Amino acid sequence: MQASTLLLLTFVLALVAYGLGYSRSRSLAMPLGGIRHLKSLPFYYGARAALWCIIPGLLVLGMWAAFQDKVIQMLVIGSLPAELVPDTEGTASLLLSKISNVASGALPPGFVEPPVAEAAERLKALRQQSQVYMTALVISVSVLAGFLGWLRIRPRLNARAQVEAILKWLFFACAALAILTTMGIIFSVAFETFRFFGKISFVEFFFGTNWSPQTALRADQVAAEGAFGMIPLFTGTLLISLIAMVVAVPVGLLSAIYLSEYANKRVRSTVKPLLEMLAGIPTVVYGFFAALTVAPFISDLAASLGIEASSQSALAAGSVMGIMIIPFVSSLSDDVINAVPQTLRDGSLALGATQSETMKKVIFPAALPGIMGGILLAVSRAIGETMIVVMAAGLAANLTANPLETVTTVTVQIVTLLTGDQEFDSAKTLAAFALGAMLFLATLLLNVIALKIVRKYREQYD
Amino acid sequence: MTDQRSQAEIVRQSLKRRYRKERRFRAYGILAIAIALSALVILFADIIGKGYSGFVKTTVTLDVQLDGEMMYIDDASDERQLKMADFVEPLIQALMKEIPGATEEDRDAVRDLINPYASVTLRDALQANPDWLGTTQTMTFLTHTDVDVYVKHGDDDAYSIKLTEEQQAWVDRLLEQGAIDTSFNDVFFSNGDSRDPSKAGVLGAIVGSLLTMFVTLVLSFPIGVAAAIYLEEFAPQNKFTDFIEVNINNLAAVPSIIFGLLGLAVFINLFGMPRSVPVVGGLVLTLMTLPTIIISSRAAIKSVPPSIREAAEGIGASKMQVVLHHVLPLAMPGMLTGSIIGMAQALGETAPLLLIGMVAFIVDVPDGFFDSATVLPVQVFLWAGSPELAFIERASAAIMVLLTFLISMNALAIWMRKRLERRW
Repeated sequence: MQASTLLLLTFVLALVAYGLGYSRSRSLAMPLGGIRHLKSLPFYYGARAALWCIIPGLLVLGMWAAFQDKVIQMLVIGSLPAELVPDTEGTASLLLSKISNVASGALPPGFVEPPVAEAAERLKALRQQSQVYMTALVISVSVLAGFLGWLRIRPRLNARAQVEAILKWLFFACAALAILTTMGIIFSVAFETFRFFGKISFVEFFFGTNWSPQTALRADQVAAEGAFGMIPLFTGTLLISLIAMVVAVPVGLLSAIYLSEYANKRVRSTVKPLLEMLAGIPTVVYGFFAALTVAPFISDLAASLGIEASSQSALAAGSVMGIMIIPFVSSLSDDVINAVPQTLRDGSLALGATQSETMKKVIFPAALPGIMGGILLAVSRAIGETMIVVMAAGLAANLTANPLETVTTVTVQIVTLLTGDQEFDSAKTLAAFALGAMLFLATLLLNVIALKIVRKYREQYD
Repeated sequence: MTDQRSQAEIVRQSLKRRYRKERRFRAYGILAIAIALSALVILFADIIGKGYSGFVKTTVTLDVQLDGEMMYIDDASDERQLKMADFVEPLIQALMKEIPGATEEDRDAVRDLINPYASVTLRDALQANPDWLGTTQTMTFLTHTDVDVYVKHGDDDAYSIKLTEEQQAWVDRLLEQGAIDTSFNDVFFSNGDSRDPSKAGVLGAIVGSLLTMFVTLVLSFPIGVAAAIYLEEFAPQNKFTDFIEVNINNLAAVPSIIFGLLGLAVFINLFGMPRSVPVVGGLVLTLMTLPTIIISSRAAIKSVPPSIREAAEGIGASKMQVVLHHVLPLAMPGMLTGSIIGMAQALGETAPLLLIGMVAFIVDVPDGFFDSATVLPVQVFLWAGSPELAFIERASAAIMVLLTFLISMNALAIWMRKRLERRW
């Protein structure tokens, strides 16, 4: 049976368990004189039986579905004749995809060596066996556990407390998923990063000024080594983020000030949602806009001024990214400006200061830490932004500060290194994970600092 | 006395300057807003300007003479003969008849006006109606992409017209005669991706997006709500709860591409799940949207007044009953609103899906959660990278479709917030 039908079946079993539990609690209560002699309502007895039935079943199903492919692959590889057993991970994945192609019928068995065709047959057989076992195991576990739960229904049993305790644990598990996700990110990225540093030295990665990730197809290939110096990527990322900030900070901040201090309610209620629309537009749309409209415009403009500009200039990607970040900056600064107590404003105005003087000399300094926090958050956004730079910035890793030249960023390289098929033991793919680790650390650091600043500042007026 | 007056004098003299500064400051504010809003307008105008023509297709209507001898076929119900028969020749002959000056030497030039897939259309039609053999039928076919580009953008310098002068003259004539015509591009909404721009559509991407969003919604909404309930109602005040909260807040700010790395390392490499399928995409997007949903659900739970809780507790409800029977239904509209916004974010997300392989060129419309698929934003990315301007036009049109979805989702969220959310 397919995993999805089996899932459905488990739910049906749970429903049956619910009905049986419900009726058993009622029939137990009847001789005692009605359900008021039960410790809990019949609903809870039913729900308890259903939970007893479904939780073990789902656990078994989930584990089986998650690991069956890996186990089957190991069994298939293990049963190959000695001369075919792959020695590296790369050849192993190649061989496996060959076997599974034969098994799925995409590749006729006559095209491959007989042992591979046999392995494909074995793969098919193992898959079928695995499904049979899984179906049998899940159904028997569910039925058995449900039966046990059903058997233990007593009028004195506090089913409600048990059901609520299980639910509470379930809720807890959902909340703890956030921790699991973070751990997942850290481990998956860290593991590959350590493997990367096993191949490429620490010093080269952090201090190298040359980035051209290549892996040798043959041992004697020219330039087989490849260069993995992240400095050009890092400066490229910073350059584009800087341009984005130059666009986003003044525009975002000034519009926040205008909206919170000058604009009347009607203007505010129309302009604010419009600004927020900028934040709702998917990044791929910005990327499209940057690559096909802004970049040609900038290079044409530069050409007409007699300057040479690349058609994938950092300026195009950066300025469009700035537009994307405007609402981010403006709504964060809006919050901070509004949090400054009205008394400060009134005091300054009462002394005869104009609104702009109040803004510049009183409110802005008071709101500055919060605004800085918001800007740091925006910077972390810009560093991690992917689609705009993938579409509008280039691939060439130039170490330059000229915004009209092509630069590349950390995220662009991650995407280019990891799209398409790849083997998982080349320095090239591992480099993507190392870059991901750096990106994760950088954004994490920025966020932590920014949140600290914002929080510390907020407490001042409470 | 004199001192005071001179001070007042100084203030008065400076007033003009100060007011001017004030006005300038205000003008800066207005300018900033104008810049932001004009960016929005330019963006929309650019996309609509580039893409509106993507909703138009160019067709040619021909009287096709289905002559068995010319097509090397004598029985249209025979599969084998249908496979071997020549369906290009009748199209060329029909079009030649429409162009008076065309001679046999122009055959290739004439053929290049018709879409390469038109013969397939003709074959399918004949297969469906075997008795058409030997008759003359009036049928409508797609034109070649080059004709499509010429008809739509003939006077636009940005587009390179690939038709020869002679072909252009023919197309102009046919346009006048009404044989070549433009109409609403239904192909765009009923096809998957294709190498030929005029046959490429977004249906595959839309279905892929819907499947992915379904997985995301089914997983992230219950999990997010459960997590919010735990954190708001049951979590004890301790270090571990703090740790969970710190994690959620940080995950909300982690770049989306990192989730792609996670999906690649965990779901694909560790668990051996297939690449480019909606299930894996949905799982990755679930992890990405969960923080958003948890945060907005918590706000919704917080806004339920304590009096409700106290009243329920007062008549003997357990904590869980209070939450499930009273707090949750009242907080539901707020939670749904937050989830719709989270879903809208997920729908527009591209980067993590690139890493888990949803960038493959897929022609077929996916028919299940484990079928290779692509999603709308990735389709936009793929077409935008194409050197052919006809694909750029499709990419803009696909963006418009995507934005329509997003705007209607956000409008739904706003409507729900106004209609359903209770203020206490």
